[in-house]
Amino acid sequence: MSSTAPSQDGLALPGFAAPVADAQACFRAVLDAMAHPGRIVAAGAGLRPPAPLAPAAAAVLLTLADADTPLWLDPALAAAAPWLAFQCGAPAAALAASAFVVTTALPALEDIARGTDAVPEAGATVILQIAALGTGPALRLSGPGLAAPALLAAEGLPAAFPSFWARNRALFPRGIDLLLCAGTRLAALPRSVTSVAP
Amino acid sequence: MAYVAVKGGERAIEAAHAWLAECRRGDPAVAELGLPQIAGQLGRAVDRVMAEGSLYDPELAALAIKQAQGDLVEAAFLLRAYRTTLPRFAASLPVRTERMALRRRISAIFKDLPGGQVLGPTTDYTHRLLDFALAAEAPPPPPAARAEAPAPGREPVPSVAQLLRAEGLLQSEPVAAAPDPGDLTRAPLAYPPARDLRLQALARGDEGFLLGLGYSTQRGYGGSHPFVGELRTGAVSVEIVPPELGFAVDIGEITLTECQMVNQFAGSKTQPAQFTSGYGLAFGHADRRAMAMALVDRALRAGELGEETGAPAQDAEFVLSHADNVESTGFVEHLKLPHYVDFQSEIENVRRLRAARADAPAVAAAPAAAAEAAE
Amino acid sequence: MAVLARAEAAEIAGALLHDPPALPGWRCLRGPEIGLAMLRGRAGGDGAAFNLGEITVTRCTVRTASGRIGHAYIAGRHLRRAELAALADALMQDPDWRDRLEATLIAPLAAAQDERRAEAEAKAAATRVEFFALRNTRP
Repeated sequence: MSSTAPSQDGLALPGFAAPVADAQACFRAVLDAMAHPGRIVAAGAGLRPPAPLAPAAAAVLLTLADADTPLWLDPALAAAAPWLAFQCGAPAAALAASAFVVTTALPALEDIARGTDAVPEAGATVILQIAALGTGPALRLSGPGLAAPALLAAEGLPAAFPSFWARNRALFPRGIDLLLCAGTRLAALPRSVTSVAP
Repeated sequence: MAYVAVKGGERAIEAAHAWLAECRRGDPAVAELGLPQIAGQLGRAVDRVMAEGSLYDPELAALAIKQAQGDLVEAAFLLRAYRTTLPRFAASLPVRTERMALRRRISAIFKDLPGGQVLGPTTDYTHRLLDFALAAEAPPPPPAARAEAPAPGREPVPSVAQLLRAEGLLQSEPVAAAPDPGDLTRAPLAYPPARDLRLQALARGDEGFLLGLGYSTQRGYGGSHPFVGELRTGAVSVEIVPPELGFAVDIGEITLTECQMVNQFAGSKTQPAQFTSGYGLAFGHADRRAMAMALVDRALRAGELGEETGAPAQDAEFVLSHADNVESTGFVEHLKLPHYVDFQSEIENVRRLRAARADAPAVAAAPAAAAEAAE
Repeated sequence: MAVLARAEAAEIAGALLHDPPALPGWRCLRGPEIGLAMLRGRAGGDGAAFNLGEITVTRCTVRTASGRIGHAYIAGRHLRRAELAALADALMQDPDWRDRLEATLIAPLAAAQDERRAEAEAKAAATRVEFFALRNTRP
């Protein structure tokens, strides 16, 4: 085979050092985060994806995305596209047709796959990269699994996020699931979260 | 159907598994079966498990056969379970069976066909007499005869079907506009399914079920006068196009058996008389599977060819819903798992009805039962 | 690649690892890892494509210390073989290595594979058959 083929620029950086163990650890972290909305977990430590893709976001994609999950990548993250294509094999797709949406700014909810009443699981998982988790203004999350509202400090969420989430929640069981990523930190808002208040 | 979880029995289950392991091993004084022995000496079982497990990997199929103590349906189940743990890297380019390195190629409709007939390592002309020499350890058999290959090299050998199609005597195969065929491992079958999905389901279907259905078409349940146009077995190259390369690479060879069944078709006002075909393609050396698949494929085309339908083999929903032996065995064998709560409600019903009948005056019982039966 | 895909790990290692000049170091960028490819056929042999069933595949991508990138995709589950094949693929792009690997690795493997193929063809040829139709002798 020859090295003159397309997208060799995606090959400069490796993926997980120990693909099976690292993917299992990341899967466990995502599971924890999803089961405990608002809890901040560690993901992607030791991973060096092409900037500006955050290690936590990269780890989630290495763990969950593959050739069967169409992926939409924010143009601001385009530098990571060849690396993601090579390491995950996820085909690039239109926003509305993507199982994973990786972005630095929330698109309009109506533009993202929200599933149907018959197939609610077809709603996209949105991976939103923000400035920081654990610092910044706190959000109060309520919903199943939370005995008391959880507090999640996040820097870089849009001011209109609570209303975005209210519209998402109104679609239930349709809707999107959200993973917030900053550096090697990750928190989840599954669509079961009923309310987000500042 | 409702299921209720039951608890308990862990110790008994562990003991059962330990005993199973002991039974699987058998007498420790007898040599243990190695996977190369199974792959090398029980090749037809391996081929069947690969086909019904829908995964080409002779080593894994041999392991599954060993683990399942030779229960081939259970072995196929093990392969199906294993494949769900792996990511799919790519889809192959369609294999080119006309480029097969032929071990076997026969035709029942032309004795002199271009490219010739090759029997290969077949059981066809054996007498089906048990060979007691095999019961004793013996030196390996003498090497097979060799002859000069008339056309050494890798020239494609078109199938009989392709030759007939070139003359217009056999219906040509439409080539779909969509590049990606349907995949029943990704989306559940919806009825009526197109031929690509039917062929995928038949390719992994239970050989016994396909054989019975194929036989039924010969006995008059949707008959279509089949002839084996050609049956071939051999190695084909597998090519995939990795996205990071953008060109096709050859990743190795697999053995396939292909059957081109040629069937009668009278023609119609709009179409001149022409033969039609059924197609079978199977992993490994598998004449029976490929032929049965081709018969059932042809039977399932009855509707689109404007023929009368109604025979079991022509009913896609009936055939494809019951062809998969992993599904079938799951649903049949689950009946032996605890149904205590289901049955409790049934038995209470029966007791209540019997009690009601015993309480009622004898003269009233008969008319009441008759009224119920009429409902 | 077709030749390497049909070779045993020991055969590749023999030519690659026990032969000076010293190999450059290499590291795996992806894999070696086991996955699947969906095998496709065509209805009637030449019609519309359909999915026949899957096959196990091992793939690996390596990068040598000299910056060459090599890929391998091999049918079956063969981690070591895929890594060595990817390494060979990377080295084959290096002018210092191409000719010697062609001579010490690819050509002997290709010859051995041709021989195995010819062997099978010769056995098949011995079972080539001419059927004669019997003449109908009734008046």
